[in-house]
Amino acid sequence: MLPRIYSLAALIALWALAAALAQSRLLPGPLAIGATILADTRSGELPYQIGWTLGRVVGSFAIAMGLGIIAGYAMGRSRTVDRYADPWLVVLLNMPALVTIIFAYVWIGLNETAAILAVAANKLPNVVVVMREGTRALDPDFDEMAKAFKFTRFLRIRHVVIPQLAPYLAASSRSGLSIVWKIVLVVELIGRPNGVGFVLGSAFSLFDMAKILSYAISFIALMLVIESLLVQPLERRAIRWRRRPA
Amino acid sequence: MEVVRGFELRLEAGSFGALIGPSGCGKTTILKIAAGLDPDFRGRLGVPGSGRLGIVFQEPRLLPWRTVEQNIRLALPAHEAASDLTELVEILGLGSHLARYPGELSLGLARRTAIARAFAVRPDFLLLDEPFVSLDDAVATRLRNELVALTTRTRTTTLFVTHDLAEAIQLADRLFFLSDRPTRIISEKTLPPPRGTRSGDVIASISDEMRLLVSQATTEAKRGC
Repeated sequence: MLPRIYSLAALIALWALAAALAQSRLLPGPLAIGATILADTRSGELPYQIGWTLGRVVGSFAIAMGLGIIAGYAMGRSRTVDRYADPWLVVLLNMPALVTIIFAYVWIGLNETAAILAVAANKLPNVVVVMREGTRALDPDFDEMAKAFKFTRFLRIRHVVIPQLAPYLAASSRSGLSIVWKIVLVVELIGRPNGVGFVLGSAFSLFDMAKILSYAISFIALMLVIESLLVQPLERRAIRWRRRPA
Repeated sequence: MEVVRGFELRLEAGSFGALIGPSGCGKTTILKIAAGLDPDFRGRLGVPGSGRLGIVFQEPRLLPWRTVEQNIRLALPAHEAASDLTELVEILGLGSHLARYPGELSLGLARRTAIARAFAVRPDFLLLDEPFVSLDDAVATRLRNELVALTTRTRTTTLFVTHDLAEAIQLADRLFFLSDRPTRIISEKTLPPPRGTRSGDVIASISDEMRLLVSQATTEAKRGC
């Protein structure tokens, strides 16, 4: 933990030094940013905008993970499904995020549904690829065991399949969270009247660097908190059986 | 690939049969068919009682992310999930290991857990696939005695696969000798009871007799071709 703190402190010191040397309103120092964050938190502006963005992140993340797990599992289990669905997957994988966003806004309209679906569609193919890999790696010996002892479908999924997929679930939700929030900002920039992306867009047109930095940093900090308070403990729980070797 | 053809085996209900044959002769395939796990099997399979199956695979196949107790209980039918396992667990010496994960167990303990799981379901039909290979002699002997005790008590119809003749003679009521692929039974022999308590001398003399019988049968089979 200490090296992390030192390293972060060094980064902030470097930033403060650069800001002091530059003396420009295009590179405000850490103190100025801190003051902006504080002021916007007091006024309620920052929590409001971050709340919108977080809501979109959660919504599209849930959709992408849900659909991606189902599709990836089906493709990993069945050769036929894989053969038919793989070309679609390749198309989705190589679709630029911006194109998906534009399509969604044009076809669905400039609304919340379009925004969330566009982000989900961008994340979905990665989840599918990772979960397909995980499903292919399932141990057939355990399937046989479950079949011989007549495990119900529920028992099999919960005790045999999910624990084997846990590392893949963790990997795709981790990379997922970071991809999703970045794309949510783009979606907000292009077609939403609120959220961190919208704020960054309007701050950009005013060259308000203090605002841009303070919102970006606040959101990064929030994602770090989610990662260390939610994702990491879940991961540790999932692999606790591994940490006590014979 | 065809491993088994025209194979027929009958085992009296409540008795202990041993399948003996060289490695790679299709023993495991036969066991998989008996367990109803081979999707390509064509033929007839009759099982005793209600057909509830207990199986001990060659590798213990325990779920590494579940404790010993969870591994045993998961195999139980839903309405019995809370049933009392104390006695079974005591017989197999697992009492103090119930909360451990399979990764922390020795091979002997992992095999015991797999055996406990198979008996916990109170099977009508028990299959064991070389459950004692790569254990040291002392542990294997103890486990064999435990297996005899359990099968005698429950009178479960049991099919046991091994390549170890002495082991088969010690445990079984009836021996089935298998040929190389395509697998057939080249010889069968019913052993005089009681099983499980046969002494070293008795086992040695029976196995000499069996070796002779099997080599004769093998030569005849070859001449037949």
